[in-house]
Amino acid sequence: MELLVEVKDLRVVAQSQDGSETPIVKDVSFNLAKGEVLALIGESGSGKTTIALSLLGYAREGCRLAGGSIRVGDTQVLELDAGGLRRLRGRTVAYIAQSAAAAFNPSRRLLEQIIESALIHGVLTRREAEARALQLFKELALPDPEQIGRRYPHQVSGGQLQRLMAAMALITDPTLVILDEPTTALDVTTQIEVLRVFKQVVRERGVTAIYVSHDLAVVAQMADRILVLNGGEVYENRRTERLLASARHPYTRSLLAAAQPEPLAERGLPTVETAAPVLEVKDLLAGYGPIGADGLPRYRVLEGIDLRIGAGQALGVIGESGSGKSTLARVIAGLLPPAQGSVRLGGELLPPGLDGRTREQFRRVQLVYQNADTALNPAHSVERILMRPLETYHAFDKATRQRKVRELLDRVQLPASLASRRPGELSGGQKQRVNLARALAAEPELILCDEVTSALDTVVGAAILDLLAELRRDLGLAYLFISHDISTVRSLCDEVLVLYAGQPVELGTPATLQHPPLHPYTELLTASVPALRQGWLEEQPIRTPVPLVSSPPASGRLCSFLQRCPVRLEGRCDRTPPRPQTLAGGNRILCHHDGETLQRLQGGTVLHSQGVRA
Amino acid sequence: MTRSVTPGRAAPVLPVDGKTLDTQLSPARTRRRARWSPTAIIGGLLVAFWLFIALFGVWLAPYDPSALGGAVLSGYSAAHPLGTDYLGRDVLSRILDGARFTVGLALIAAVLACALGSGLGLLAALSGRWVDEPLSRLIDALISMPSKITALVMVSAFGSSVPLLIVMAVVGYTPGCYRIARSLAMNLTELEYVQVARTRGEGRLYIAVVEMLPNMRLPLLTDLGLRFVYIVLLLSGMSFLGLGVQPPNADLGSLVRENIGGLADGAPAVLMPALAIGTLTVGVNLLIDRFGARRRGAR
Repeated sequence: MELLVEVKDLRVVAQSQDGSETPIVKDVSFNLAKGEVLALIGESGSGKTTIALSLLGYAREGCRLAGGSIRVGDTQVLELDAGGLRRLRGRTVAYIAQSAAAAFNPSRRLLEQIIESALIHGVLTRREAEARALQLFKELALPDPEQIGRRYPHQVSGGQLQRLMAAMALITDPTLVILDEPTTALDVTTQIEVLRVFKQVVRERGVTAIYVSHDLAVVAQMADRILVLNGGEVYENRRTERLLASARHPYTRSLLAAAQPEPLAERGLPTVETAAPVLEVKDLLAGYGPIGADGLPRYRVLEGIDLRIGAGQALGVIGESGSGKSTLARVIAGLLPPAQGSVRLGGELLPPGLDGRTREQFRRVQLVYQNADTALNPAHSVERILMRPLETYHAFDKATRQRKVRELLDRVQLPASLASRRPGELSGGQKQRVNLARALAAEPELILCDEVTSALDTVVGAAILDLLAELRRDLGLAYLFISHDISTVRSLCDEVLVLYAGQPVELGTPATLQHPPLHPYTELLTASVPALRQGWLEEQPIRTPVPLVSSPPASGRLCSFLQRCPVRLEGRCDRTPPRPQTLAGGNRILCHHDGETLQRLQGGTVLHSQGVRA
Repeated sequence: MTRSVTPGRAAPVLPVDGKTLDTQLSPARTRRRARWSPTAIIGGLLVAFWLFIALFGVWLAPYDPSALGGAVLSGYSAAHPLGTDYLGRDVLSRILDGARFTVGLALIAAVLACALGSGLGLLAALSGRWVDEPLSRLIDALISMPSKITALVMVSAFGSSVPLLIVMAVVGYTPGCYRIARSLAMNLTELEYVQVARTRGEGRLYIAVVEMLPNMRLPLLTDLGLRFVYIVLLLSGMSFLGLGVQPPNADLGSLVRENIGGLADGAPAVLMPALAIGTLTVGVNLLIDRFGARRRGAR
């Protein structure tokens, strides 16, 4: 087979301020045949993006391409001058970035930006480029391909923008396409659509591509071959099916293991059935904006939330971005007073906002945020961060407090020598552990965990999950565990609440959420999580429903999932609000369908791709 | 979610199993110290020099700064290294004495303006709209008045005195500092560590002083330096117009003014005080640049 890309002994070094150089990519070599898709996989800091960028002849600020050779087609990339690089980029090698929203200029129309590189390189005339863009829009399954180019970036959805970015990359028919985590920022339900069209385009056009990702399951769908990287070195370079079946390197095995968290039962956690409730939320409504005539805010983020967490229990809350899950934590913590409904902590009613809550109430509920970078004050040492809750909530003397700090660090499996450091000197996983330790310092009953593992690498995130499970077992903590990742939630929680656009659409246990009948949204969410095997993507049915014929009446609490529901009943779902019902398995759902219908609809492998008429 | 390789951070160590990976200490990172660039060293030396003169200049002066004697507007000589002024007074002694006023007044005024501005800015950011809105509109009103004109009006209304000059500079420069402090603080209040502190039940004062102020320190210091320079120039300008520090005392601006007659002859009596103002402001600016550079390096 013809080798299209040859990378030999590539070395990239990072220069520190005192002039010393640290290698971040160490003598990496690999080849790519024409039409092949190679995945670069590894954690943050493994050098995967650095390698991908070096194929464009680009090194990030502070880095230098120090040695080796890169051949793309007939071009020796590292020998090019500035003019040669300009001709290479966007023409021979094209790049699709993680955040399409940041890659588009918000003040120019999409079509202008998409055909720009073809015009700059002079490969097509404007007329040809526009015709080609239209064809790409069709291939990428974009809605309204004739008109979508006239819109601005903010007028299309995140998944559409990512596909438009692919159109931008493919317009010059480049020799090599680099996709840098193209679906990482998307919701799973969107990710599957984007992956599907990417794969189709790659296959139909015979595109040679390098796919950078940290997600093995996604890579398994896309790549012919996988290159496992760690610390700038190649650990393994094998065909996808062989790597998944029998990983040779222990590091690859740890990656594979971390991609499949153990279910709850195997962690040996007690499932408390009738524990006294720690937290009870009743008929909660919260939102932003001016208060209307009915006394409710204009923009409702959460509506009709009822939940109950027993002592030592974990309730998972899942949903995609914008579903209101973080708002739920903010409301319980008192940062956003609810417009309606009540929050009870251990039976006593909590004041809606921060004002009026007692120190004891503050102590019993602790909030742990997703992003440990901004959750820890960069100006304070770890010791000071942990000391403050000890001072605020407990009457310990100084010696006891210092002992407690050491105990807390030990609890979260960090060495005591870390106490004098500042957050900026810690790794992402260490920061998240300090973040947890600060919450533990208060000796709370309930911890609100907002996406605590989402910003971490898979392996590090799995270690944090283990720690959370251990803390729960040892200290009897209750969690409200917010995540967008259903497998994470399943591995830690006793009960799971599924939110869609602020409505609680389903409440069930991890076990009952694995099988039908499910709420149609839960079903979509579960089915959209890529499995760690090849061919999964091809098995998935297309579930984009036809648009609603009649626009629903503006008032009333209709089902929030109506617009996207593949099994909605026209004439009923868009007319009357759904009623809560309990399924045979014990799940409570908010849907017009009964359990038997859902079972029948979801029982088969193929779901209806169009709305069902009542 | 940025997954980037930070230059200078060593590569992660191979985990033995998942658990130990992030509990391992990242190799000790030497605390990064930005090197002093040559311009920053010059700035630092100039600022140190003028602080020293402001503190001890009075005792170093070879003559009594108001003692008459010698020729009028003479050039450089062994007896009078920087010549004499229009009344035959020793210029070196007068500069050593005058620096006290320029540096001292400007420093006091700059520190007061920045303390007041930052305090109000934090208050506005941490309070609701009921405090923020009236305060911000009041500050907008103040900003809309040119500081020199305001100063002239105040001096003509109340007569020039040292306390008035300070009040004038503080009134003129607090609004700018307030704006900067408020916007810095507004960004910080959205950060999660501030929200966590709020849900811990911390008071506003604690959040402002302990959680937020340390993270605003560098930009505020830079701002302080800039305002110091502006105030030096404002006071010198006022003195040049005869509305600043009044005789027999004289700051550097007054020295330039009273010897303006020597300008045609290039008398050191007019050049040297001007040079003094120049080196002071340039020195502070060079030093500020160094703070700015260190901030960029730390990101």
